[in-house]
Amino acid sequence: MRYLPKSPADREAILKAIGARSVDDLFAPIPAEYRLNRDLKIPRQMAESEIVDWFRLRSKENGLEYTSFLGAGAYMHYRPVIIDSLISRGEFLTAYTPYQAEISQGTLQAIFEFQTMICELTGMEVANASMYDGSTAAAEAAMMAVRITGRSSVLIAQSLHPEYREVLATYAYHQGMPLATVGFSDAGRLNLKDLERAITPDTACVLIQSPNFFGSIEDVAAIAELAHKNGALLVVSVAEAVSLGIVEPPRDADIVAMEAQSFGVPVGFGGPYCGVIATREKFVRQMPGRLAGQTTDRNGKRGFVLTLATREQHIRREKATSNICTNQALVALMVNIFMTVYGKVGLKELAKQNLAKTAYAADQFGRHARVLFAGPRFNEFVVRTSEDPYVINSRLLGHKLVGGLPLKKFYPELGNAALWCCTEMTTRTAIDTAVGVLAESEAEEPRGEHAVEEVAR
Amino acid sequence: MKRMTRKATRHVNQNEGLIFEKSSPGKAAWKLPPLDVPEVNTAQLLGSSERKDLGNMPEVSEIEIIRHFTRLSTWNYAIDLGMYPLGSCTMKYNPRVNEVVARLEGIANGHPYQPEKISQGALRIIKTLSECLLEITGMDAITLQPAAGAHGELTGLLMVRAYHQSKGNPRKKVLIPDSAHGTNPATAAMVGYSVENLKSNDRGMVEVGALEAQMNEDVAALMLTNPNTLGVFEQEIHKIAQILHARGGLLYMDGANLNALVGKVRPGDFGVDVMHLNLHKTFSTPHGGGGPGSGPVAVKQALEPFLPKPVVISKPDGTLGFQYERPQSVGRVRSFYGNFGMFVRALAYILANGPDGLRQTTEDAVLNANYIRKGLEGVYDLPYATPSMHEVVFSDKLQAKKGVRTMDIAKRLIDYGFHPYTTAFPLIVPGALMIEPTESESKEEMDLFVEAMKSIAEEVEEDPQTVLGAPHTTRVSRLDETAAARKPVLRWKQA
Repeated sequence: MRYLPKSPADREAILKAIGARSVDDLFAPIPAEYRLNRDLKIPRQMAESEIVDWFRLRSKENGLEYTSFLGAGAYMHYRPVIIDSLISRGEFLTAYTPYQAEISQGTLQAIFEFQTMICELTGMEVANASMYDGSTAAAEAAMMAVRITGRSSVLIAQSLHPEYREVLATYAYHQGMPLATVGFSDAGRLNLKDLERAITPDTACVLIQSPNFFGSIEDVAAIAELAHKNGALLVVSVAEAVSLGIVEPPRDADIVAMEAQSFGVPVGFGGPYCGVIATREKFVRQMPGRLAGQTTDRNGKRGFVLTLATREQHIRREKATSNICTNQALVALMVNIFMTVYGKVGLKELAKQNLAKTAYAADQFGRHARVLFAGPRFNEFVVRTSEDPYVINSRLLGHKLVGGLPLKKFYPELGNAALWCCTEMTTRTAIDTAVGVLAESEAEEPRGEHAVEEVAR
Repeated sequence: MKRMTRKATRHVNQNEGLIFEKSSPGKAAWKLPPLDVPEVNTAQLLGSSERKDLGNMPEVSEIEIIRHFTRLSTWNYAIDLGMYPLGSCTMKYNPRVNEVVARLEGIANGHPYQPEKISQGALRIIKTLSECLLEITGMDAITLQPAAGAHGELTGLLMVRAYHQSKGNPRKKVLIPDSAHGTNPATAAMVGYSVENLKSNDRGMVEVGALEAQMNEDVAALMLTNPNTLGVFEQEIHKIAQILHARGGLLYMDGANLNALVGKVRPGDFGVDVMHLNLHKTFSTPHGGGGPGSGPVAVKQALEPFLPKPVVISKPDGTLGFQYERPQSVGRVRSFYGNFGMFVRALAYILANGPDGLRQTTEDAVLNANYIRKGLEGVYDLPYATPSMHEVVFSDKLQAKKGVRTMDIAKRLIDYGFHPYTTAFPLIVPGALMIEPTESESKEEMDLFVEAMKSIAEEVEEDPQTVLGAPHTTRVSRLDETAAARKPVLRWKQA
């Protein structure tokens, strides 16, 4: 086996040194009746070239050469090449969690810079080193709000990513954390009147997403005011990180639960991504996840360590703020490098291109179908057609285009609506082609039976 | 340094400040293509939501970024540099073909919501990996959704709870041995179970008598790591499973140490009902400085209805798809389908090994741990004489007489060119030195390690101050963690 650095003679020498006759002696503690006396029934050992070939075939079967208008929590942005050059360095790739600070300063300083940039972008005072993803970050943020306020229930915007809501429901189930949802207005924003009615003295937090699942930007200040007036915290989920380049960050929030995938992380069929929690300094001891902090060594030299570990499971066990241990460190490093590459000016310009492409596309689609929700939006918009979006999408596939996400499954009340996304990668040609296909079907009389392909889930 | 080490030589590395300290207006590492649609008036589109300023985000050039992160990287130790014997963490070689196949375009750029028809490649990867993992563990059904080991524990216990609930009583508590990882009790608490500690016996194993006494109809499950954190196989595993099952309880196995078993014995065969695996340990996906991981959960048939949704199924037309209609499911534990990129890497590793390679890997891991044990027995105190599997736990009892503790020895090991072992864990061994060489170490590397550890033991006798003041060769030494926690500085601020 090519990963194993021992010759048969080495193995013999080791066996001899430890005084064992055969390697089976070492497995003697396992009761004989349970030992496996056959080969595992898995594919045979493959050469490296065969492995690459096998995965190339899988790659071909996986939407290669399609241009996609899908977003909905997973965004296609350009990834500067130096991200992969740098994270491929073995010293980052093959290091463990930086518990031994003296030989982990590279990772620790990188995390410290990551935390700083996340704070700058979100308007928060502290940020952690990462969470699994945006959905679990949102769930952990809600639990954090419960700990801070001593209240138990959580109000969730219906315009929060439906899968984030599902994850929250799973986490909440055994926490004695009642959940209720607050609907959205015709503008696609949180319905403030509904919120006012739903908020109670037991509400620990109001959890919204901005830009929300429909791409609409929430009136964070107004929601914060309402939440705070009632003694609740405001938790804002940011699923499209690039929006922070041009959209005012949720400075009035108490906790920001982010998904930073947009910052240089491959869309990769859904993971690994990079969740982050950012908050106010006064809440830091209730925050889950690892934190890097600055300190000095015995010679007074600046250095970094993992800190405030007394919140964590390996010290506090069942009293910890969360059970999280492994996080998304290498993905956070991708995010870190992306933020460094674009920086203060580039992030703004990048976000502006997203805004322009989306404004153009929404305008074009709006000539042939109804674009819902008039409120300000970032890079996603909802189009309602007379025809089933699954049918339109089937047709688009013929043009090597993947159309917007049909919303029927998540929001049946919106009818034939689909969520479209444009980024800086979306070309005008692709937009025009998609609009053309949609316009054609909208102009025709509704037809009878269609061969509808399963397009989205 | 008074003693010479054959493993490492001191060499110069570069100083480097924080990226913010290199920033100045007008520098840039980015360039966007010309916009092919009309420019927009952002103020008009966004109104009061328009962001005016991005604060202290850096402005630097590409070469500065390359140097910045490359310099930082050289301050890290890594598996690629040498032995990384962190017990319980399984720091094995991370094959590079894994990284290549994970970056193939269709795999890296597949959107999680793209039509199933054009997602067959990703679905095939999920299906194939699932089948391999089920064969390796001897279990019946699996979810790959959890993002890490602790997340797998959460998922597993949610399923345990749902299972008991379906029988009319979710039960109240989870038994956890005193040698367990901290994630076990933390997870049990998250699922609403109280934790009851189970004492280990003098051989470092679950005391079957105590288990018998503590087991009752309130116990939902026992969370057992096997081999346990002492690197010891629970020899009475069949009795343990019987005691639990007789009272309707479930046996949860923390699969953190599965690398000691692959191809030699299957948890499903010795009575485990539910277990998680760490793809970043046993199946070689890189630790990456702390993540990402992946923590699939495998279960016996009785728990299958409770798997998180969606699950991958074969459809009548032979294609693969996701199934969402799962009325008894515990729900979702993460958006989309889990850390898919880690599935790709783990599967590439399994394919590179095959059945013979995986078995040899396990045998070498156990061989290596026993070689280290033999080399250091007598030099360091071995609190449990029970046979070791893939890792061995010593204590600092002999060195403590000179005032030298496990952390000091660990820090001194850095001067000898090695990453330290795991210190002070498991908690049942005061002053533990937990050493896991993994199969990735050659005899030569292990000889150097043993030599280094012996040399440190001698230093403790002759010159304990050298050990107490270690490391002497690093950029920084003995950082003030107390000060860091008392007045946390968690971000850079402009002076």
